[in-house]
Amino acid sequence: MSKIAIIGAGAAGIETAAVLAKQHDVMLFEKETAPLCNIRNKALLFPDFTSADELADKMIQKLEHPRISLYCGSNITDLQKVQSGWQLTDAAGNRYDSDYVVLATGYEVFDAHKKEELGYGIYPGIITSIDLEKMIREGKITNAIGEAPKSVTFLQCVGSRDEKSGNHYCSKVCCVTAVKQAIEVRKMLPNTTAYVFYMDLRMWGQGFEEMYRTAQEQYGVNFVRGRISEAASTYDQRVQLKAEDTLMGLPLNMNTDLLVLMVGMCASEGTARLAQATGIAGDYHFAQSVSEHLQDNLTKQEGLFLAGACKRPMSIQDTIQDARAAAVTILEQIS
Amino acid sequence: MGKRYWNDYQKAIARDHFFYERSCIRQTFFPGSEAAFINILRNDLGLDIYDSSHQHTCTGIGYHSDVVPFETTMTIVARLFSLMKENGYENYVPSCVTSFGVFTEILEKWEEDPALLEQARELLYKATGRTFEIPKNIAHPSDIIFSYRNELKEKMKYQLVNRFTGKPLRVVEHIGCHYAKIFPKHGVGNAEFPYVLAGMIEAWGGEVVDYPERRHCCGFGFRQYLVQENRGYSVSNSRKKFESMEPYEPDFIVCNCPGCSMFLDKWQYTIAEMEHKTYDKEGYGIPVLTYEEMAGLLLGYDPWVLGLQLHQVQCESLLNKIGIEYNPNEKYRGYDGKILPLPGKPSVLKV
Repeated sequence: MSKIAIIGAGAAGIETAAVLAKQHDVMLFEKETAPLCNIRNKALLFPDFTSADELADKMIQKLEHPRISLYCGSNITDLQKVQSGWQLTDAAGNRYDSDYVVLATGYEVFDAHKKEELGYGIYPGIITSIDLEKMIREGKITNAIGEAPKSVTFLQCVGSRDEKSGNHYCSKVCCVTAVKQAIEVRKMLPNTTAYVFYMDLRMWGQGFEEMYRTAQEQYGVNFVRGRISEAASTYDQRVQLKAEDTLMGLPLNMNTDLLVLMVGMCASEGTARLAQATGIAGDYHFAQSVSEHLQDNLTKQEGLFLAGACKRPMSIQDTIQDARAAAVTILEQIS
Repeated sequence: MGKRYWNDYQKAIARDHFFYERSCIRQTFFPGSEAAFINILRNDLGLDIYDSSHQHTCTGIGYHSDVVPFETTMTIVARLFSLMKENGYENYVPSCVTSFGVFTEILEKWEEDPALLEQARELLYKATGRTFEIPKNIAHPSDIIFSYRNELKEKMKYQLVNRFTGKPLRVVEHIGCHYAKIFPKHGVGNAEFPYVLAGMIEAWGGEVVDYPERRHCCGFGFRQYLVQENRGYSVSNSRKKFESMEPYEPDFIVCNCPGCSMFLDKWQYTIAEMEHKTYDKEGYGIPVLTYEEMAGLLLGYDPWVLGLQLHQVQCESLLNKIGIEYNPNEKYRGYDGKILPLPGKPSVLKV
């Protein structure tokens, strides 16, 4: 029996732990005070509107295993290869030894403050997709003056596929998330108009394209191909947008009550730091696997494995699949 | 107004020993501004600034209008740098925002393509026998005033405060496009919300008006006004800004670009004549100042020496709000002591 340390108790960390605990001792470290924060801050999940809380509750049940030791509030700040395996150090200076380590440190969302032209944190009525998810969870969507918005506008690709922010990659989940959130807005506020500004809609997953059609046909969501270049607050606390409708070939000025910035996924601070410390840093501070095709859970460091969105943007479904693959890879290595 | 992420972004700004390059058009439109800048640096801050009598255009207007080729502009810029070199200076200060844009663009091109730099050296030498060095630092004069804003505050007689209400004056700041929109790294506070004028306003007691069309072009765009048929487009740009700022009731506008200062000032007359519309409650229009005029007024410079009487929108209402002393009888007295011919009065805009 081996001792395996998993850093990060999100979907990837928990799923990996649940599989490995059938045969080995697992230490699961989470820097927050509770696991699954990124799932807990969502209301419903695409494409089937599964309750995020229900999924989280089911995943938490997987931790109820005698071989899993959960360390919440333990921020692993250093990871060193030692003769017998790996040594982990947390922010409080506590040290833990393990035979193998799984990096499941995941992602964090792009800081929309960096796109000042879009006004986040500067003007009221401009929020991120995470902020809207919180409103949906609380059952109340409001504009800058606390009223139900008459129009809600979504902007895709904030901090992804973006030269200015330096993130050229696609964040993969924002397109379908905007479609899901636009439907939720229309369900909660049937008299509210919803617009989605996009470069192209990447409906890559099963059920995504159908959801996109439903958004248009059943919920009347307006999709506009074009980027918003600038957002500012008006005198009456609405949001003025400047954009280009690239299908019409025309510049477009419009006002909206609520602008939702679909923030992309970036490497978390923990991912970036530990990938750097162990020499496996890849593009955009994500962790780099040996090969995306056949060895996507292996790293060039012996005994160090990867699971989930610490490698690249990933949906929850893909993260769970990847975590199970990571567990299988580790079991193969141990045997 | 929320916190700005890039507010803290600063650029390198030399602190002393400047070679000053004047603007082609500023002395016509705002004749006291450049003199005020030199006086503020020399007399109020005790700095060294050289004002060469051999300087000339940077070609900016011709360059951006596609009538002056790049090689010519590059050689002209090289000659200006040679003037700086022969006078023993290394810090270049172009008065005009478009000149600032031309210089930063050419330096960027020389850095990316050293062959162009060699071509410039060769062209200048063949034409004039001169040589030049690349400046150690290029800063716009508004950068320098910004960097000394706290020192200047200590010397100021007035603040940007309405003496009748005790409240900060509401100031619209407008940044020239060529200041940071070409190369954001060369603008204090970056491109989206440059802080260079806002920093002065805040340091000197005023309140920056944040209105939806804050970043919209003033309408100066060279091709918009050089071709007479396009001037309606220029006016419509300015009008868009005025309509957007009007509800916030700004006390005045301050600019760091000669074109912006001129058009935001003079188009108020044009719009008033065309549409019988003014953008203040009293019908006088919104005064437009250069940043040198704003600094000069607060330091106690005579408004008529600063040249405020030559603006389209008259500034007495603003002077009264701040409490600046002035003699109305001296408003149109020339340097020779004689009263200048009085200007005609607009039919709509009050003066």
